[in-house]
Amino acid sequence: MLAYLVKRVFQAVAVMFVISLIGFAIQDNLGDPLRELLGQSVSEEVRQELREELGLNDSFVIQYTRFLGKALQGDLGTSYFFKEPALDVILKKLPATLELVLGATFIIVGFSVPLGVYTAIRPNTILSRIIMGLSIVGISVPVFLTAILMIYVFAVGYGWFPSFGRGDLVHVFGYWETNFATLDGWSHIFLPSLALASIMLPLFIRLIRSEMMEVLQSEYVKYARAKGIWPWRIYFVHALKNTLLPVITVGGVQIGTMVAYTILTETVFQWPGMGFMFLEAVNRVDTPLIVAYLIVVGFIFVVTNTIVDLIYGLVNPMVNLARMGA
Amino acid sequence: MKNIIRTVAICVMSLAFATAVQAQTTVNVAYDADPVSLDPHEQLSGGTLQLSHMVFDPLVRWTQDLEFEARIAESWEQIDATTTRFKLRDGVKFHSGNALTAADVKWTFDRLKESDDFKGIFSLFTAVNIIDDLTIDLVTSEPYPLVLHTATYIFPMDSKFYSGTTADGKDKAELVKHGDSFASRNVSGTGPYVVSEREQGVKVVFDRFADYWDTASEGNVDKIVLTPIKEDPTRVAALLAGDVDFIAPVPPTDLKRVEENAGTNLITMPGTRIITFQMNQDRVEAFKDARVRKAIDYAVNNAGIVDRIMRGFGTVGAQASPAGYLGYNAELTPRFDVEMAQSLMKEAGYEDGFSITMMAPNNRYVNDDKIAQAVASMLSKINIKVDLQTMPKAQYWPKFDERAADMMMIGWHADTEDSANFHQFLSACQDDATGNGQYNSGAYCNAEADALMNASNSETDMAKRGEMLQKLEGILYDEAAFIPLHWQNLAWGAREGIHAEKIVNALNFPYFGDLVVDK
Repeated sequence: MLAYLVKRVFQAVAVMFVISLIGFAIQDNLGDPLRELLGQSVSEEVRQELREELGLNDSFVIQYTRFLGKALQGDLGTSYFFKEPALDVILKKLPATLELVLGATFIIVGFSVPLGVYTAIRPNTILSRIIMGLSIVGISVPVFLTAILMIYVFAVGYGWFPSFGRGDLVHVFGYWETNFATLDGWSHIFLPSLALASIMLPLFIRLIRSEMMEVLQSEYVKYARAKGIWPWRIYFVHALKNTLLPVITVGGVQIGTMVAYTILTETVFQWPGMGFMFLEAVNRVDTPLIVAYLIVVGFIFVVTNTIVDLIYGLVNPMVNLARMGA
Repeated sequence: MKNIIRTVAICVMSLAFATAVQAQTTVNVAYDADPVSLDPHEQLSGGTLQLSHMVFDPLVRWTQDLEFEARIAESWEQIDATTTRFKLRDGVKFHSGNALTAADVKWTFDRLKESDDFKGIFSLFTAVNIIDDLTIDLVTSEPYPLVLHTATYIFPMDSKFYSGTTADGKDKAELVKHGDSFASRNVSGTGPYVVSEREQGVKVVFDRFADYWDTASEGNVDKIVLTPIKEDPTRVAALLAGDVDFIAPVPPTDLKRVEENAGTNLITMPGTRIITFQMNQDRVEAFKDARVRKAIDYAVNNAGIVDRIMRGFGTVGAQASPAGYLGYNAELTPRFDVEMAQSLMKEAGYEDGFSITMMAPNNRYVNDDKIAQAVASMLSKINIKVDLQTMPKAQYWPKFDERAADMMMIGWHADTEDSANFHQFLSACQDDATGNGQYNSGAYCNAEADALMNASNSETDMAKRGEMLQKLEGILYDEAAFIPLHWQNLAWGAREGIHAEKIVNALNFPYFGDLVVDK
């Protein structure tokens, strides 16, 4: 177990190193940060001075070595726009994104299990067909379109929910301010969470359904039926448990992917999280922030995958992490 | 349990607070961007100037009809060819409580001369001399017609507030382009609003300044919450849903919706930003021939672009200066005649046409990529094959600096609100020493035009100056120095009861201090 974790830590460091290298290598192609820092009529001479001051004229190797040296001390550079250390900016935006992901996760877990199980045990009813049909729509419509549609229907049309932003927040600790403490906060987080969930929810319904259908065909379920066990106990205790293994694996990967989808959802809803911040940083050519974001997201991916592997070991005793680490 | 009680208490308190706020007049404003810094001298951009007009006051400001209106300067007179004397208003207080004096204006002027972004505008200004506590002389190195134009950029800062050092030993007056400075986070001006809360990229909260000098202003808004909403559909939805009261800009696709929706009003105005294409004579031999350039101008249907692509949301242009500018030449009319274009091409010996490359941004101007596509297809009618590439502005500007394509799009708004500025940056002979022609990717160069521009810049007789600048526009038109397309219109959306039509202007910084709202 310990060996496994140590190995994972090394992997994480390697992943982040590679990401930083790639991020750094592409930053020259992102555009010229000076355009966003200076007004239109500023002379070329002044531009060159500032470029020199920012160290943008140095060679790639010198710039990267300088970056790496600072990164090892926990300094990922200073954002041009926010004028603060890039890591601080991201950590300030992180809670908003995590709450959004959490909200979406609640919706996904809450709906995918019952709907998935229902469509598996009653595959031919009209309701099942409607659910499966809608899930195709959910998967195929891009999330920004779903989001805009929701705003127009529920915010502009009916006026049930606010159209943008986070609303009233309650400070918890550090940089963390939560949406879940006030009614206003809840109403603000509902639509963005739903939009974010709209991509993943159909995927999970379909996954649970197909796994469940397979399990329902297995010998032990038939045996349980033959024994006369109450059907709901078979579905939710015996069958569902065995359905969840692949769901957890996919789920872990998808939570990481969801962080990526937050870029679109947050942009549409003007949600002040790190996905929105990233898109803005790309538009503004805020290169230190872009590189720092990539590194942080890489870190999140590695961490979630590690946790999934650990949970997998707990759910399925046949998986031996210690041996995997060897 | 304790936590629950605390949470409930907070809920109740926030509800109570919310009702308390109701008593005040709050206006929620959504813009597509928020100011980069609280330092008014850090970056010359629309966002900074908008902030400056809320938190500071300029010596003079533009009215809706592009006239000058006295603000901090009560009156002014020219006392000799290079000196203008300004009388400052008495009893003006800064947010810190300090009284405004001539020393603050001088201090501000000296700081402007240090600013990378602003020193260009002030290059001909040598000094501010203090005559007495409320009188200053603004001195230029040569006779200069744009003294008042430039005075709109002097927003006196509180010199006492910005003097001294911070706790960590930094100079409070420090002007830093990137990184943390006292002035980028703290502000004290004379303006109608005090910045009471700011989270960059999320919101800025402004409260009415109790001791604001302009008691004659009818403005009755106690609090303004400025939220940047980048996405066009979201910004419009926020207005329609009633979550915000005032938005800018309104995208062309939603103009009708905002106008027809009950409860919201659309306010539009012709803008002053000209959208043009430049033809690079260094890269394409044929562009050296004025007949070819004219043929292109004749081939491009700019009225059609305004009508179809901009949905009428633009003013068709035939020159750089918009109506109202000194150099606006009413005789110049848009050219569109495909047959004429074809015969000009024939005359120049390019009947069979040629191939060129074209580049345009896709997120800088309204519908920029669609306009470029339209122009490219229009040029095919005169047998010019266009290889078009569009890209985000972040990648476009470095390409523009390299002059990477034969035809490139550029939009320009004159910082000085003056005609000569267009020529100086877009069509003057390129000269690194003076900075002329910095955005002239066409490499157009005409000594006569440059001489007219230079003469106009030291001509203080406005009638004569106007004549010169109009002649200059005429030359550029006759030679088809560039392809003028249109001036982008400006559009704001406001909730019913927000009388914003009186505070907007062609410069696109509404004077929120004078905003009147029905209670």
